[in-house]
Order: sequence, then structure tokens, then C-alpha cells
Amino acid sequence: MILQTRTLTHLDTLEAEGMHILREVAGQCRNPVLLFSGGKDSVCLLALAEKAFRPGPFPFPLLHIDTGHNFPEVIAFRDRRAQELGERLIVRTVEDSIRRGSVVLRTPTQSRNPFQSVTLLEAIREFGFDACIGGARRDEEKARAKERIFSFRDEFGQWDPKHQRPELWDIYNARCFPGENIRVFPISNWTELDVWQYIQREALELPSIYYAHTRPVVRRGSALVPVTDLTPARDGELVEELSVRFRTVGDIPCTAPVASKAASIVDIIRETATAELTERGATRLDDQVSEAAMEQRKKEGYF
Amino acid sequence: MTSSVRDIPDAGLLRFITCGSVDDGKSTLIGRLLFDSKAILADALDTLERTSLKRGADGVDLSLLTDGLQAEREQGITIDVAYRYFSTGTRKFILGDAPGHEQYTRNMVTAASTADLAIILVDARKGVLTQTRRHTAIAHLLGIRHLVMAINKMDLVDWSEQVFAQIRKDCLAFAADLGIPRLEFIPISALAGDSVVSLGDRMPWYEGPTLMELLESVPLAQEDLERPFRFPVQWVCRPRMGGGQFRGYAGRIATGTLQVGAEIVALPGLGRTRVQGIRVGETRLEAAQAGQSVTLELAGDLDISRGDLLADPGSPPTLSQDLEATLCWFSEAPVQAGARFLLRLGPWETRALLQEIRSRLEITSMKPQGADQLAMNDLAEVRLRLQAPVAADPYDVSRSTGAFILIDEASNATVAAGLIRTGRWSSALLIACPTALAFALVACGWRVTQNHHPG
Repeated sequence: MILQTRTLTHLDTLEAEGMHILREVAGQCRNPVLLFSGGKDSVCLLALAEKAFRPGPFPFPLLHIDTGHNFPEVIAFRDRRAQELGERLIVRTVEDSIRRGSVVLRTPTQSRNPFQSVTLLEAIREFGFDACIGGARRDEEKARAKERIFSFRDEFGQWDPKHQRPELWDIYNARCFPGENIRVFPISNWTELDVWQYIQREALELPSIYYAHTRPVVRRGSALVPVTDLTPARDGELVEELSVRFRTVGDIPCTAPVASKAASIVDIIRETATAELTERGATRLDDQVSEAAMEQRKKEGYF
Repeated sequence: MTSSVRDIPDAGLLRFITCGSVDDGKSTLIGRLLFDSKAILADALDTLERTSLKRGADGVDLSLLTDGLQAEREQGITIDVAYRYFSTGTRKFILGDAPGHEQYTRNMVTAASTADLAIILVDARKGVLTQTRRHTAIAHLLGIRHLVMAINKMDLVDWSEQVFAQIRKDCLAFAADLGIPRLEFIPISALAGDSVVSLGDRMPWYEGPTLMELLESVPLAQEDLERPFRFPVQWVCRPRMGGGQFRGYAGRIATGTLQVGAEIVALPGLGRTRVQGIRVGETRLEAAQAGQSVTLELAGDLDISRGDLLADPGSPPTLSQDLEATLCWFSEAPVQAGARFLLRLGPWETRALLQEIRSRLEITSMKPQGADQLAMNDLAEVRLRLQAPVAADPYDVSRSTGAFILIDEASNATVAAGLIRTGRWSSALLIACPTALAFALVACGWRVTQNHHPG
């Protein structure tokens, strides 16, 4: 039987790969969870999960590690999306870890991003998760370029880059002993541009702050810093009302917008295709510390 | 990302690997491909320049781009596979960059397992080296369809057609020994850029294509579409309580095509049925093809679960408890016959006994040598006995239903990768596929009946 066939587009292929990965998690893991932050990458994960498992329910709940410093638009979107899907959303906050004493802040407004790993590991223990599905991509950073799609973490949540499991074809090994877990990255092979193209093709909804809007900001070094209660302008800084959009939506003290008038997906794709700065370089203030910053954080249990 | 604004590329996704060492100009070539497609962005380049200066390098050291781990940068070596992404407006590319030294054979095998194309770099001044043979042999072993010999540093041999022709001849000679039917040859200078993206005018005797033209135009996985239908079931989809009688079988089509109404056979249970519906999430399709992830609704009430293989009943896969395979051993601990593992072939899992190490393969020639144990990075021909029969195809016919990994149950580590050579027909197919069996009986000289009792 020969049917009319076509060349699958790159998005078709990436989508099929992502669905396959999610189903392997479902098939191999006892108690997986999908990390959903409301950000664009995890929005793609949910879209893949719908394609992989509907009309059935997702074989995993959703989990958000909330720093307590997220943009309110994103949190509202997160809750609404989980409700629309009819899937269970678990929220654990860095605030809880602070109360428990497992996180100690030096200053109340410092970035809570690094502490997400503490709260995440606590949530993994609390629920006994053996796999966490995340939206990290290999094009984001050099250490990630070498990470497996199914990435093993020991009982301390640590990533050991020198002893990764070989990963061949599309055969994945998610086996682990109690206390250990696997991090799974179904969109490892996507680039930022792929994510935007997929959002466009599937007409996926995003939190409004991804699109250009006017916001008070100050210029600090090469970055724009949003003026918020957590990140007030410093003495002598000039507060400007600029048209900006966010390329990533993390913890407020470490997430910077870029100047942009792109108010639609088409505009964003045009900007992304011609972007001169990598996504993390432009918008993540926490990765600029050293070249090995991400690798260090990953070893500590961060995504 | 070439021009300023462009339409969404639609010529699919090509995965390829580059083989060679820094000395062959591999980093320079990767850097050129990424630069010329603008995949290296301004800040990444800044970091690179800063780091290069810190290390006292003269100019930008492009290997720093792919050496992503701290240990690699400190030691100036590549120890793992790095993946890089770029797009040219025509096609999206995933470049797997694996180290070339013999002690990293397992990494090259890993990178090669998903590649559609391999670029094998040859230094024009040095010609074919042992390493060239090794890289070509592994790429061929792993079933990479397009092998491209990039004869690099043509600028250092005065752009000589004669040098190129001699290397070409040498390559074709060892390729014939390895049974490789086809090789492409391109004379390039990764440093100067000739024949990488544009032809240049210093080698008028070479008419093209450029390396980039080749990458953009090689056909994608056409063979997979023409092969018989194979669908490993990953997940059985049932709606929530009260959601009705729906039952769907979720997986990714490995080879072939499928349309609603088609007959299929489910292995190893051997039940036959018909496809009632094809869907992706809530969307219904009339037909689907290799590479797509779908959910199938089947007529009747067969007992099918994760790990089963749905196949074209006209040409079903082999159902076998004994496998002949080529193994690549990954673990630091050597292995001998008698060892037991968990074998995973797609979603299928069963216990396996390493019954016999028939021979170790000398990697540059793939010639068998005697061996009673395997060390890390060894390739070998082995025989495995399985706890339960597995439905599989030879790797040469289908990469996705002919490959497996071995897992050590004590550590959960992936310790080997395997390529299926032959399986012996089991008695089960006698009932299901009399035609296939009759053929097998003739082909195997009645071996079936002799091996039919489980040992």
C-alpha cells in the first residue's frame, strides 16, 4: 500500500519527537510530573502533552515552583491554563523553603531563582516523583548542549556531566532507584525560533508580557531592568517608559525585558530570526556571572 | 538564519555529524557553517573572544564553541557529544559534534545513531588516515545514509585536483572493502570558505555542489516511507472514568504509511485487526506516515499493551528469542559471555543473556578477530538469548525496529548498544503468517523446526 507522502516540516518532526518522549516518560516512569511555569517553553510542553494523551487525561500532574516573585500576569495565566485543561496543578513556593529554613536569603529582594532547586528537590521528596519533565532547550546554553534528553540525577539531585548515560536512537533509559530521579527535556532540540514558530502554528496562548507593552524601566549595563517593588530604580537612575517585551519570564529580580515593538507573533518571529543576542544573554542576569554558571547550577539540581 | 526576514523554512530537519579531529579543521568547519548561517549570535561571539584571549589563543578558538563542559575547556579536549542548531532558510539542521579519538568510539556511535548524514574530514596534506577509515566504518555501521568526504585544507595543497583525485581513489578503495555503496567527495577549505557555502574561483575543476548545497538538498528518510508499516505501541490511551469506551494505541510510526481501514497484525500476540481511526490528540487523520506520532483506534478487542509492535501483515517482522547482533560496549567494566542484562528495543523490554561473543571487530576494517571479553569502546559480533520473543527487523532494513540498548540492572546504566543482524524465525509465525514462514523455511534451510523448542 503506497500512500501519497510528504516531507515532514521541521516543526512536524520536532513535535512528533516531543510526543514520543512524553509517552516514554508515561510508559517508563512510576510517578512523573510536568513542570509548568506559564512560560512559553512549558506552554509548548502542555500542547505536546495534549497531542500525546488526549482524549485521555495526562498521566502526570503539573508542578510549579513559585519563587513568589513572578509577574502576576504569568501566575494568573498559569492557573487559568491548568483549569482549562482540567489537570491537577501543584504549587510549591520558595517561601515555604524559607520558612522551613532550607533557604536563607542574604537580602529580601535578592533573586530567588537559584533557590528554586532547593524547593524543587523538596517537592520531589514530598511527592516521590521519579521523573520531572521540563522545557529546557539545548540551544540556550553550552552546558545544556551536552545534556541528555533523559538526564539522570542522583539522590542529591545532582547532574554529573562526565557520567551521563549514552543516549542512542530514540531509545531512552529512565530507570532509577528510589531517591534518584530523571529530568526529561522533550524540547531539547528546539531553538527559540522553533518555539515561536510552533506557538504561531498551533495558535497557543501566552501570558501578555511576552508581547510588546509599555513599562517603566531603567538601563543597567547592557540590560533593561523593569521598575517594580522588588527592583526599584536606584538613586540617580533615569526611569523611562519604553515599549518592551519579555523573551523569558522567570523570577522578577533576574528577568529583563528587551526593547521591542513586536506586538504579534509574526513580529516576534521576525525579530527572533534576526536577533543578535542569544536569549539568555539578553534577558537572564543570572547566567552572566561566569561561563560555567549554568553548569554549576545544573550540578546543584537546577534544571 | 541567513537573510534579514524570511519565511518559515519547510524543507524538513536534517541531522548530521562531523567526524575528524581539531587538526583536520573540524572546529573551523563547524564555526564556518554556524557563522555563515548566523547561528552564532553576537554575545556568544563576545564570550568566545574573551575566553580565547584569556587562554592566550591567537584569535578566536572555535572549539570553545562546542566544548560546553568546564572540564573540557580546562583540559582543552572534547569528551562528549554536543548538539548545535542552525537553519539556512531552506532547512533546519541539528549538528552532532562527537570527539574523534578511538577512546571515544562510544560517543561517535551515539552521535551517529540519529544522523542522516556524516561529514568525514580528511586533511588534504595527509590523505586517508587510520582515523578516516574508522570514522567511515562507524558511520556506515550505524546506517548513516549519506557519507560525505570533505577533503579539507585544499588551500595548503595549491588547490590541486590531482591531490583530490588521489584521496578520492584511496577512499573508494577502502569503502569497497567495507561494502559502502556510495560516497560523496567535496574539496574544501574551511578556513578560506571555498566550497563550503559558495564555490569560490580557485578550484575551477570542481563544479559543485558546495557542502551547504548538499546539506540543503539531500533527501530525508525516503526509505523509511517505502518500507513495511511498523508501529511500536508506547502507551494505551483511555479516557477518564465515565469518558466512554475509547481505547487508543499511542506511538510513533517507525516505517511505512498507514490509512484508516488498513489491516494490521499485532506482535507478539499475533492478533489481526483493522485500523478504525488515526488521530493526533483530538484531531482525526485519514492517513499517516513514518516519523509521525499518532494514536490508533483498532477494530475488535485485542489485548495489546506497551511494547507490542503493530505491523503490516503482508511483511511482518521476525519474532525471535535468539538475536545475532553487533554490539558496541560502553561500560568501563569489561564483559564476558554469560552476563545478563535488560534489553530495550523501542518500548519493548525483556531480559537478555549474552550467550556468545563470536568476534571482536577491528574498527578500521570491521574484520573479525577472536575475543573472549569486551572492553569499553569495543565493537563485536554477539549472540543473545532473550527471555521472551521480540518482534524486530534487521538494522540494515530498519534503524528504529532493529536497534536496542542493554541496561545493567544492578546500576541501571546503559552499558551497550546493539544492531540486530538476524533473528531466527520462531514457531509462532507458523500460525500467523504461513506465507512468510514458507519463505523462511526455504531461506533458512528448515532451521526453524530445529530451533523451535525453547532452550
